[in-house]
Amino acid sequence: MGKVLPLGGNYAVAYAVKACDVDVITAYPISPQTTIVERLSEFVANGELNAEFLHVESEHTALSVAIGAAAVGARTYSATCSQGLALMNELLYIMSYIRLPMVLTIVNRALSAPINIWNDHSDFMSVNDSGWIMMMSASNQEAYDEILLGYRIAEDPRVLLPVITSMDGYIQSHVVEPVEIVSDEEAISFAPKRRSWVTLDPDKPVTMGPVGDPSYYFEFRRQLWEAMKESRKVFDEATEEFAKRFGRKYSAIETYMLEDAEVAIVGMGSFMGTIKAFVDRARRDGVKVGALRVKLYRPFPSEDIARALSNVKLVGVMDRALMPGSAAGGHLHHEVAFALRQAGLETKTIGFIAGLGGRLLTMDNVKQMVNVLINYKDKTVKELPKEPIFIGVRE
Amino acid sequence: MSLPGWKQLPIGAVILTPGSSVEYKTGEWRTLRPEIDQEKCIRCRTCWMYCPEGAIQEVEEPYKTKTGREFKLTYKVDYDYCKGCGICANECPVKAITMVEEVI
Repeated sequence: MGKVLPLGGNYAVAYAVKACDVDVITAYPISPQTTIVERLSEFVANGELNAEFLHVESEHTALSVAIGAAAVGARTYSATCSQGLALMNELLYIMSYIRLPMVLTIVNRALSAPINIWNDHSDFMSVNDSGWIMMMSASNQEAYDEILLGYRIAEDPRVLLPVITSMDGYIQSHVVEPVEIVSDEEAISFAPKRRSWVTLDPDKPVTMGPVGDPSYYFEFRRQLWEAMKESRKVFDEATEEFAKRFGRKYSAIETYMLEDAEVAIVGMGSFMGTIKAFVDRARRDGVKVGALRVKLYRPFPSEDIARALSNVKLVGVMDRALMPGSAAGGHLHHEVAFALRQAGLETKTIGFIAGLGGRLLTMDNVKQMVNVLINYKDKTVKELPKEPIFIGVRE
Repeated sequence: MSLPGWKQLPIGAVILTPGSSVEYKTGEWRTLRPEIDQEKCIRCRTCWMYCPEGAIQEVEEPYKTKTGREFKLTYKVDYDYCKGCGICANECPVKAITMVEEVI
């Protein structure tokens, strides 16, 4: 048992980054992420962490500098959200396709407009095809642990991909929970620094980021598909080893009361705690409802989800981001529906859009979703709503 | 020519051999080909200076014009890399370089 500290999600992440002995931190403030890099700057100033702490002039530069740092083999960290992540966008693809490992934390926040600093998942979802491994935590402890898992997975020679870890803005980042922290030795032993692929070195010159004309570009896209697939095995090994060392077991998905469930809610992030609490309450009333939380979003755990939902009649997929004009309404619904279809299952789905821009989500909202599911569970696919159902919006 | 597949290529498109850009022949981008008239050329080196690709070569090859003028050097175009931009022809003070259409 390590030391337990009362930590907000941001400070928890800062402690984990320190424990992983990062070499370079590129920092640009943005709410609600700011206190991660603020705490890290204190660690560096106090001499508790021997790292280059680089104040840059934008998030675009934050990730540009991170690319340079990772290219020379430094263990690199940055954090951002919302508009900051949007400004990083073009560099995200460069980082992943040059196959440079790093860890970036997104403290989930809505995208403008209107300007909104509160929590939803639209920033996270907006980068879901950038070639990064993506995880979303549901507690501050998990946000802490994701950093350790992140470095171990990112730098694995079978992977060599950057990793996004995330938590819900304010709901996690600024709410204090007990967090068990591990010693620096334990962290490094679990996630040793091991850059095996080439780095920029004047003695052994290489070119990174060249032009890939039509006769070469495609092959590197194909390579990344494979690396992403391979990373799933590494994720499973890492979570297994993590459980052995630290006693906390994570999986790509977290299932709750699905064994005999007729209906279920699938979602991501901290609100799943409220959904689980509602499931407990509904179960006491004899309602056969379950829940599934997706932790690992890239690579998407399609088979795990299909297996877990194979006996459920109707699944409500709750998205906290909107894909306007899309078939599914939300990103997670799109992925889950396709996963079920690929597995040849009859399981039906309904999309819910909820909690955008920090709109408060309550037990009543969960009840509303579960009631919809119960009403539709015995209907045919053709009778299901063709559009997502917006939960908690004023008509 | 058969190119390497995705399993053979170094990951992340990293180029492991320094200086290998010379293997990338850019001459086929050309639609117009500069041709130097050795009779008109006064060996002033202007084309050599202006060529953005270093595709003008200064060769130690003597040349005697029909009017009897003797030069120790000859300027030639390296068609493996010349992209046909025409800067040399534009800069040539004696109009000794003509851009000729490439015909396949």
